[in-house]
Amino acid sequence: MMSDFSRLGVAAIRDGVAKGEFKAVEVAEALNARVSAAKALNAFIVETPEKAIEAAQAVDADRAAGKPLGKMAGVPIGMKDLFCTQGVQTTAASHILEGFLPTYESTVSANLWKAGAGMLGKLNMDQFAMGSSNETSYFGNVISPWRRNDGSNAALAPGGSSGGSSSAIAARLCPAATGTDTGGSIRQPAAFVGISGIKPTYGRCSRWGVVAFASSLDQAGPMARDVRDCAIMLEAMAGFDPKDSTSLDLPIPAWEAGLNSDLKGKRIGIPREYRLDGIDEDIAKMWENGIAWFKDAGAEVVDISLPHTKYALPAYYIIAPAEASSNLARYDGVRFGLRDLPEGAGLQDMYAATRAAGFGEEVRRRIMIGTYVLSAGFYDAYYTQAQKVRALIARDFDNAWASCDLILAPTAPSAAFGLGEKNADPLSMYLNDVFAVPASLAGLPAISVPGGLSKEGLPLGLQIIGKALDEQAVLNAGLAIERRSGFVAEAAQWW
Amino acid sequence: MTESTYRIQGNTGEWEVVIGLEVHAQITSESKLFSGASAEFGAEPNSHVSLVDAAMPGMLPVPNRECLRQAVRTGMAINAQINRWSRFDRKNYFYADLPQGYQISQLYHPIVGEGEIEVTLNEKDPDSAVKKIGIERIHVEQDAGKLMHDQHPTMSFVDLNRSGVALMEIVSRPDISSPQEAGAYLKKLRSILRYVGSCDGNMEQGSMRADVNVSVRKPGGELGTRTETKNVNSIRFMMQAIEYEAQRQVDLIESGGAVVQETRLFDADRQETRSMRSKEDAHDYRYFPDPDLLPVELDDAFLEECRASLPELPDAKRARYEAMGLTAYNAAVLTAEAETAFWFENLLAEGVDAKQGSNWLMSELFGALNKLGKTLDESPVNPQQAAELLGLVADGTISGSIAKQVFEIMLETGQGASAIVEEKGLKQTNDTGAIEAEIAKIMAANEDKVTEYRSGKDKLFGFFVGQTMKAMQGKANPQIINDLLKKALG
Repeated sequence: MMSDFSRLGVAAIRDGVAKGEFKAVEVAEALNARVSAAKALNAFIVETPEKAIEAAQAVDADRAAGKPLGKMAGVPIGMKDLFCTQGVQTTAASHILEGFLPTYESTVSANLWKAGAGMLGKLNMDQFAMGSSNETSYFGNVISPWRRNDGSNAALAPGGSSGGSSSAIAARLCPAATGTDTGGSIRQPAAFVGISGIKPTYGRCSRWGVVAFASSLDQAGPMARDVRDCAIMLEAMAGFDPKDSTSLDLPIPAWEAGLNSDLKGKRIGIPREYRLDGIDEDIAKMWENGIAWFKDAGAEVVDISLPHTKYALPAYYIIAPAEASSNLARYDGVRFGLRDLPEGAGLQDMYAATRAAGFGEEVRRRIMIGTYVLSAGFYDAYYTQAQKVRALIARDFDNAWASCDLILAPTAPSAAFGLGEKNADPLSMYLNDVFAVPASLAGLPAISVPGGLSKEGLPLGLQIIGKALDEQAVLNAGLAIERRSGFVAEAAQWW
Repeated sequence: MTESTYRIQGNTGEWEVVIGLEVHAQITSESKLFSGASAEFGAEPNSHVSLVDAAMPGMLPVPNRECLRQAVRTGMAINAQINRWSRFDRKNYFYADLPQGYQISQLYHPIVGEGEIEVTLNEKDPDSAVKKIGIERIHVEQDAGKLMHDQHPTMSFVDLNRSGVALMEIVSRPDISSPQEAGAYLKKLRSILRYVGSCDGNMEQGSMRADVNVSVRKPGGELGTRTETKNVNSIRFMMQAIEYEAQRQVDLIESGGAVVQETRLFDADRQETRSMRSKEDAHDYRYFPDPDLLPVELDDAFLEECRASLPELPDAKRARYEAMGLTAYNAAVLTAEAETAFWFENLLAEGVDAKQGSNWLMSELFGALNKLGKTLDESPVNPQQAAELLGLVADGTISGSIAKQVFEIMLETGQGASAIVEEKGLKQTNDTGAIEAEIAKIMAANEDKVTEYRSGKDKLFGFFVGQTMKAMQGKANPQIINDLLKKALG
């Protein structure tokens, strides 16, 4: 008899339900209770215990009736609040969408429900997915379940923007959750809390019904406690969607069935440009360990060059805000969400008042940056130039694939930082994305897996970047590290 | 009138007018450019609005292939360069009729490039000057919604039915140099669009409207500063707007002022243009490629299908009609409007002779419709019915004058020509005995005229023909009357 369902991952729950070892409803009830008892983490904006139970009951009924079960049958998950969920408040952690009840379901969440997953609730995040610490949420920051081993009990950032997702999984409130990654928003939070998360190739997961941040970069992906669970969930999420013109019209491989940690014959590239001056000692050591584990798994390790790496971050912080400034124009107080109509105000006043009140500081900052870089007289110097850099970065990767099959790098330049430590300086916050952004600009699949602990006892993440459409190789390499890193640490429960 | 003669007489001499037109034509299609909502005109407000049109969070545009196809066919009809690779851009500005906060358009890479339209300045004059007006581009874009300011004392209402409907923007070169040329250009363009079937050309319903760029200069001099008069919705208004605006600019410059680059509105009641906003208040649209959409790539099969589906176009049709023996004027009038040409084609398809058919259509049918105040589409007589009538004339069953009577009855009763002829006994008679009897009576009653005729006054022959036909109530075969009269009069 299973007593603690919170210790089970996606595969274990799915298999246990399928074999009849326990009922899906039992799992849903147990995790509903954990979610509701973890308010101190502030991981959820909305809890939907009834949705989790409903989905579980349907799975139990199907099983009793002998019907085939889906890939995620009986698995309760958290849904990042960027995904529109029919009849359930969807805010992108913003005030401007507070109270917004979509009449439609995003393709990715619909795929998951079809696969038998249930929804525990809507996960907190950085507002409109803009941020690396979850401090930009209108609903208050998420807190990481992790604490430093110095006894300080300082509240730590869960990473961002998918910080509700990372915190909830690390605290075992849910076995898995959706994330979205525009410039590292799945990988960096996964690294900060010692879990796995994969951003697939751009176009694998439909963006339909996902509140847009930067359309050419936004990509949904799974976050879970191990690589197999990520593979299972990605299979359920991904797929061609005619409602998204940038969706890839390709079959979805059986990634779970294809998992294989033997890396014989694989060449792993180590990009020299990622060895930044003054790189964190713990990060450097973890990277070395990663290289050793790959060699142990049979891979050949080669030095590679990605010469335009240093331009990636500036290009990203032009392209993403440019797209965001336009994507967020629809939040104008006219049709849905917040409307601030001061006495006697005209249309322009209503726009100004609504958007000033509805958007947080970081969102306003990025709208301003984006508006500036697209404006007449600056467009070529910023936007056109950034697009050229983006093409060069993609070419860097293409060139690298001549000598390697995968690239290994740290996910983030440091372990989790304390809440409030970086929000006075947006630039130092942006620098957190330095290793994550190049793969986003090139649209490549990339995973973060736990690579060890820092001196302060905090998780560190290793990132593996693969060729376009080669999620299988990325997952396999992640599995090879998982098998060797011996990472079993978890956050002690204090909440 | 020829192309270069239009001048404005100012105090300082002559001025030339330089005109360029940006025509917005609503593409004929079932659904909108990027959503499945209906593009139909005139529905209940906000009844044709999808989640995409209302720009709900997370909604994405999916291009409607049919709209792109119509733009390509239109491009082919004006011999334009078709761009196999084009792209959509966002034009960003805030307004309540624009839910996304941007219009999806094509600034940098339009689907259709350079082309041209040949314009006959006066279609009624076979010797009229012909001028080629260059087309710079055709791009595809979304229409905006509609604001209604008269529904509530303090609020404006928004109707999003039109939001996202597909438009073609057809941009001419500044090759137009008079209001008449502008009118001829717009007529010809509308005709081509209707032939192709890519736009219904209905200016009253707003499915075609023009932004008019006007500047003036001394003949052959440097281009002047232009103004843009927005959303002019009839050919007559456009010509008036140009006339007013060019004169205004000349007066302004000659009185020491300078033309300001600005957007203006045409007030049809006052027949004048008014400043709407100057360049200083102009929006910075922050155009950039729409990241929600892939570039549009057209393959050979698609282009071939587009080309194969094009109908015969007005210029080619006109040449063919002339070759069939129609007068230049008839050929021009019959081909100017698609509905006339299609009506005439249907008449020919029923086996009617081209000359007979064109003459009848232009005199009898147009005359009747004019009297009834109806358009060709509303004609009570269709080409099949008309062919039946003309067939009776061609095979000698009735005479031309009886045909006019029969047609009148057809218009009134909707009856078929043969039935009318049968019922009213209007068949032409070849009964020589009856005709000879009438001739004898007429000669007896007009002995003086018979004498005059016989003494050489040949012109009186017509008098006898008329009298005989009258006596026969128009039903006698004119040829037989002729023959018998000649014999009787000697």
